[in-house]
Amino acid sequence: MLSESVGKKSNKVRNTVEKGAVKKFAEAVGDLQTIYIDEKVGKNSRYKTNIAPPTFPRVFDFGIIEGFKLPSVGLIHGEQHYHYERPLLVGEEVQCYSEVHSYVEKTGSFGKMGFLSIKQYGEDINGELIFSSEQIIIVPEAVARGLGI
Amino acid sequence: MSKLNELQVGAKLYEIVLSPVSRLDLIKYAGASGDYNPIHTIDDEAKKLGLPGVIAHGMWTMGNLAKLFTSYYEEGFLQDYSIRFQDMVFLDDVITLMAELTEKEETKLKFSVAAINQRGKEVLKGSAVFALYE
Repeated sequence: MLSESVGKKSNKVRNTVEKGAVKKFAEAVGDLQTIYIDEKVGKNSRYKTNIAPPTFPRVFDFGIIEGFKLPSVGLIHGEQHYHYERPLLVGEEVQCYSEVHSYVEKTGSFGKMGFLSIKQYGEDINGELIFSSEQIIIVPEAVARGLGI
Repeated sequence: MSKLNELQVGAKLYEIVLSPVSRLDLIKYAGASGDYNPIHTIDDEAKKLGLPGVIAHGMWTMGNLAKLFTSYYEEGFLQDYSIRFQDMVFLDDVITLMAELTEKEETKLKFSVAAINQRGKEVLKGSAVFALYE
């Protein structure tokens, strides 16, 4: 079932880098740097506004991939990668979507496990890429069985 | 604070030692990120999965680690940030965040990064590329 979803993409969802959400997020990761939260520092920076922390896209809605649903328990977040063309700017709109990139199964000392790669993208209003990210999710065999794979 | 691009390969950034992980830290991160997986906030749910109690969101630790670079924002930005989650982080764990410059190009600085717990075990490791402005 998971391998059948490879290549599927979500719809694009318009997100806003909200000032309040950035502050709340920066607080939650203990990174209250002025470039994230102080308007004056933002205005005087090369971006003329505040920016968001690099792991902020966790907050975004990346749309729904049709026919693709993961269980809410039993999965392990194995890896996370981010690539930025430039930082996210507070106040800007970002078009976000996601894609099931790959699914492979490997047999190791813990039995058979699946490795699912989900890619996520954020574009500006002109369709230019701002960032991409990849999540590697480990699917233990028991969980895979529950999914009817 | 010295400039990031004045560092030589092998130099380490100042380590940050986080306060012991508290339940409130994880509740705050759940709220701020929208990740309400109960394994991070409700002990009973974590125990159902055979864990002794709640574990931190891997992304909480990854989010914390990025702050080693934040104060250098005038010099550049984090272009690539890659993490492998190596082990679980529990309540009261004391996490140390570290980064070391491994490669230096004209406009890019590559670091190895890691977070270790109070027993010296790596809970998270990876790399970061800091792109310098012209």
